[in-house]
Amino acid sequence: MVNDDVDYLMLSGIQHFRFCSRQWALIHIEQQWAENVLTIEGQHVHEKADQPFLREKRGNKLIVRAMPIRSHSLKTNGICDVVEFYEHKDGVPIHGETGTYLPIPVEYKRGKPKRGQEDVVQLVAQVMCLEEMLLCDIPAAYLFYDEIKRRVKVDITDEMRNEVQSMFKQMHHYFDRRHTPKVKTGKHCVSCSLQNLCMPELMSSTTVRSYMERYL
Amino acid sequence: MKKLLNTLFITTPDIYLSLKGENVVITHENQQLGRFPLHNFEAICTFGYAGASPKLMYACAEKNINLTFLSRSGRFLARVVGESKGNVILRKTQYRLSENEVESAKIARNFIFAKIANQKWILERMARDYPLRIDVPMFKQVSSELTTAMKAILVTEDLERLRGLEGQAATAYFKLFDQMILQQKDIFYFRNRNRRPPTDNVNALLSLAYTLLASDVTSALETVGLDAYVGYLHRDRPGRASLALDVMEELRGVMADRFVLKMINKKMMQSTDFVQKENGAVLLTDDGRRKFIKAWQERKQESLTHPYLNEKINWGLVPHAQAILLARYLRGDIEEYPPFLWK
Repeated sequence: MVNDDVDYLMLSGIQHFRFCSRQWALIHIEQQWAENVLTIEGQHVHEKADQPFLREKRGNKLIVRAMPIRSHSLKTNGICDVVEFYEHKDGVPIHGETGTYLPIPVEYKRGKPKRGQEDVVQLVAQVMCLEEMLLCDIPAAYLFYDEIKRRVKVDITDEMRNEVQSMFKQMHHYFDRRHTPKVKTGKHCVSCSLQNLCMPELMSSTTVRSYMERYL
Repeated sequence: MKKLLNTLFITTPDIYLSLKGENVVITHENQQLGRFPLHNFEAICTFGYAGASPKLMYACAEKNINLTFLSRSGRFLARVVGESKGNVILRKTQYRLSENEVESAKIARNFIFAKIANQKWILERMARDYPLRIDVPMFKQVSSELTTAMKAILVTEDLERLRGLEGQAATAYFKLFDQMILQQKDIFYFRNRNRRPPTDNVNALLSLAYTLLASDVTSALETVGLDAYVGYLHRDRPGRASLALDVMEELRGVMADRFVLKMINKKMMQSTDFVQKENGAVLLTDDGRRKFIKAWQERKQESLTHPYLNEKINWGLVPHAQAILLARYLRGDIEEYPPFLWK
C-alpha cells in the first residue's frame, strides 16, 4: 500500500531526535508535551509563516507558505514553512504555473543559528521530500532566524542526505518497538521543556530497593 | 517540577460558574459574587448542586484544568476531562501488568511498604515530640511491629498476603490514633474508622481529607496519561478509581491523617463546626468545611524535599511526582516504582 501513511513519522521530529533521542520518543511515541519559553517563542515565529492560503508572486519568484510535504522513501510527512519557487531554465514544471521552477525551502526558527545540527537536519529532510515530490535537485536551502532577522544558507550535501536517511531509519526502528531510549544527560537538558517529564536525573540515582531499605 | 497552581473550591450550593473572557465568573441567583482569571487554577472543585456553563467546561478541558463535581458531603459525582492524553502505550502497559498477579504485587507492595513506613514514622515522631502525653513503650512496640511487617512486604509477591499484612498494620496503627489526639478530647475521640456516614467528628474529618486527597491523586494520574481506574492493589470495580486508591495508600497517613491531627491538636476545628443527625451521622457545617479546605490548600503550598527525587517541591505536587514516577517505571526507566517515603 503506497499511500498507507499510518507509519509515517512527523518530519519536524527529526530536530527533536537530533537534539535528544529520548526527547523525540517522549514527544512522538509517548505523546508527551510541555511548553517552556523557548517552545512558545518557536510557536510565535511559526505563526507568521503559517498562512496556507497566502500565495505571493514577486517578479520571477513564487512564494508559498505552509506547504504539506512527504517522502515515501523516508516514510515521513510534514509542512514546509515557506517554499520559494524561482523561475529557472533547469527547474521543473509546477502545478498551476507556466515555465519551469526551482524550489528552495525556508524554515523559520526562533533565536539565532544553533551550535547543534538539529535545524539543519530538519531542513535537509524537507529538501529530500521536495526532491522526491517534484523530481528535482535542490542544492541549497535556507534557515531564517528570528533573532538575527536573517536567513542562513545551507548547502545540501549527499553526506547530509545519507545522515538524514539513517536517522529516519533509527527513528522508525524505535517507533516500531515503541521504545523510549534511556537519557544521555548533558548541557542540552537545561533548555529541554520536557525535563520534568523525562527526569534525566532519575537514572543516575541509587536503586529503589536501597532507597526503601533506608526506612526499615 | 511543574508549578503548583490554586484550586478553586465552591462550597456553597446553588452557585453557577461561567466563563467571561479569560475569567471564571461565580454567580448566585443572577448576582455576581466574584471573578478570577482562569489561568490561576489547576483545578475547580465544587461541592453541592453547583452548575457550570458548557463554555467553562470547554475551556477547562482545553487548558487541562480539572473540573470536579462532588456531592455536598464530598462524594465524587463527575469530572470534566479533556481529550485523554494520547499516551496509549503507557496505558496498555498499565493494563497488561494489572492482568498479571505477580507484576501487580510487585507494584502494590511498594505502595503498601510506603504506607506502613509512613505510619511508622508518624508514630515515631509522636513518641519523640510528646513523650509525656502518650504511652511511649506502646508506640515503640507498634513501631517495631510495623517494621516487621515492612520487612515481610519487601519479599512478598502475593496480593492476598499483602492485603493481609496491610490490614494487620492498619489495625495496629489505628489502635494508637486516639492517643495522638491531644486536645479537646471531649469532642474529638477515635474508636474505630467508620464512614458512609462517619459517626464521629474525627471520622468526618478523615473522610473529607481522604476525599480531597483522592481527587488530587486522580487528577495527577490522569495528567501523566495513566488510567486512574485500573489499579494493582485495588481490584477493578466500575466507577472506582482503583489506581488512585493504590497511590493514595502511601499518602494517607502522611498527607491526610497528619493534617487532621494538626487541625484538631492546634484547635483549628471546634464543636460548632459539626452537626450530628438523628441517626448519629456527623456532617461538617459549611463554615467548618470551608475552614478545613482553606487550611488544606495552605498546606499544599508548603514545601519539602522529595525523598527520592531530592528536589524541593510543594506538598501539593507530591501526588503529581508519584504519578510521574509510576509512569516512568511502567515505561521501563526505573527497575522498581519508588514510593513516597517520609521521615
